[in-house]
Amino acid sequence: MTRPSVAGDRTSGAANPLVDYLLRIADDRLVLGHRLSEWCGHGPILEEDIALSNMALDLIGAASALLALAGTVEGKGRDADALAFFRDETAYRNALLVEQPNGDFAVTIVRQFLFDAYSVLQLDALSRCGHADLAAIAAKSLKEDKYHLRHSSDWMLKLGDGTPESHARTQRALDTLWRYTDELFVPDAVDHATAALGVSIDLDAIRAQWHQLVADVVGRATLTLPASTVRATGGRSGRHTEHLGHMLAEMQIVARSHPGATW
Amino acid sequence: MANTTTAPHDDPALVAAFEARIAAGESIEPKDWMPERYRRQLTRMMSQHAHSEIVGMLPEGNWITRAPSLRRKLSLIAKVQDEAGHGLYIYCGTETLGVDRHELVNQLLDGKAKYSSIFNYPTLSFSDVGVIGWLVDGAAIVNQTILAKTSYGPYARAMIRICKEENFHKRQGFELCAHLAKGTPAQQAMVQESLNRFWWPSLMMFGPSDTDSPNSGELLRWKVKRKTNDELRQRFVNLTVPQVQALGLTLPDPDLTFDEATGNWTFGAIDWDEFQQVISGNGPCNHERLAARRKAHNDGEWVRAAATAYAAKRASASTEAA
Ligand SMILES: [Fe+2]
Ligand SMILES: [Fe+2]
Repeated sequence: MTRPSVAGDRTSGAANPLVDYLLRIADDRLVLGHRLSEWCGHGPILEEDIALSNMALDLIGAASALLALAGTVEGKGRDADALAFFRDETAYRNALLVEQPNGDFAVTIVRQFLFDAYSVLQLDALSRCGHADLAAIAAKSLKEDKYHLRHSSDWMLKLGDGTPESHARTQRALDTLWRYTDELFVPDAVDHATAALGVSIDLDAIRAQWHQLVADVVGRATLTLPASTVRATGGRSGRHTEHLGHMLAEMQIVARSHPGATW
Repeated sequence: MANTTTAPHDDPALVAAFEARIAAGESIEPKDWMPERYRRQLTRMMSQHAHSEIVGMLPEGNWITRAPSLRRKLSLIAKVQDEAGHGLYIYCGTETLGVDRHELVNQLLDGKAKYSSIFNYPTLSFSDVGVIGWLVDGAAIVNQTILAKTSYGPYARAMIRICKEENFHKRQGFELCAHLAKGTPAQQAMVQESLNRFWWPSLMMFGPSDTDSPNSGELLRWKVKRKTNDELRQRFVNLTVPQVQALGLTLPDPDLTFDEATGNWTFGAIDWDEFQQVISGNGPCNHERLAARRKAHNDGEWVRAAATAYAAKRASASTEAA
């Protein structure tokens, strides 16, 4: 008996693993950018409304370019908007980390920091990969994400080493989100298949560098690295937490209410 | 600044010299002597303007998470972010008058400060984003182009810089409306409905009629204001009606007619009762807007405390090291 495999998901474009690979990179940024944009007008200080919006713009901008590329590679006539607004949650390929709700500002900052640390390493590697268009997008985003990492690291220090309350909130956020970090570094069939196309990054090496970078900032922020080994995965194959569906329902409502319309 | 704090009543000779400078078209700078009334009027206007930028983030921000294309999503985030920048910039300008930003923010949160009445109306469809850019930023431009010639230097300079961005917002809003006006029947109906809702509130943005505007005389004499509310309102209507016609849309005013003699579009009576309700806190969204600002402020309290505590630790660490 053949069992439906996750890699064979009908909406994931299994014909070309590069499409799936690009969607993962794009969806991480679209979903996280969307989450950050939810802060716009509601930040703890005006300067932070501006900073979080800036990061949202960078991430959604990168996602647009990556989705457009994925659509081209796929060759089925889907453009970036079709991929963003007309894919269901099970067809989304983002990591679980980035779809977690904003929570308090500590959750937002810890989520951002954990992702930024991964992103700069990932993009640095991708900027040297064998696919010219992907490498170019990665190189551009890398410059932006280095700035994001500096910003989120600064806030890790301020919140971790600020007041007892901010310390407690940030430690709690770190403990809660830690379970979603492992997923970023586990290679699967898609990674192996794209390696054959000249697009691969050494996830083990990135994991080690990431761990060192995170441990350094967490230590300076007087926080403690979680010891928990609980792991939550599934985002890369479309098995998400319940949060993503609500986010997409909101994000896609207008586009889906007007099929065939352009904006 | 010392002059005004030591003198309970402004010295008539100083006032005369000040008014002579204004009459000669000079700009007043923060360190210059100014009548206490002038300082207060400017503080009032500039802080109201800054509050409007900040509260104004909310109605359009309401659609960021639902914008139906990536391009519209990006431009909407960028626009709302610009408004935050404007607010920040004008708060800083107000500080040149000796008022602390936190004091002003507290006045807003306490419901003691005013902001533009338009932001107390709800945004109910995505096309509101277009109509707000077109009409509300458009009306702001009409106001601010004149304010760029105001006698107080820091405010005038802020207006020149901000106006450039408001122009961009207006073009973007108009472009969205134009796109929808040529779109599907549903999109056409959507943009017409937005225009119907926002037209009259946009006209109210220019404030009470001249016959009913308590501060105008003094503000005009001191060249804080350069045109009356009614003059600016008329200018806005004259600019906007042809744009509405160009899009094939209509305005919800049966009395709107072109007056050949004056070259003005004359319009129907504004519902000043509604205006009074909105500016006295009873508009459709006054409560929600202030509640949203208060929530952001209260939820952010511990974050600001953390940043302050961290900065203090850094400062004492570097003193000990020195
Ligand atoms: Fe503005
Ligand atoms: Fe604007």
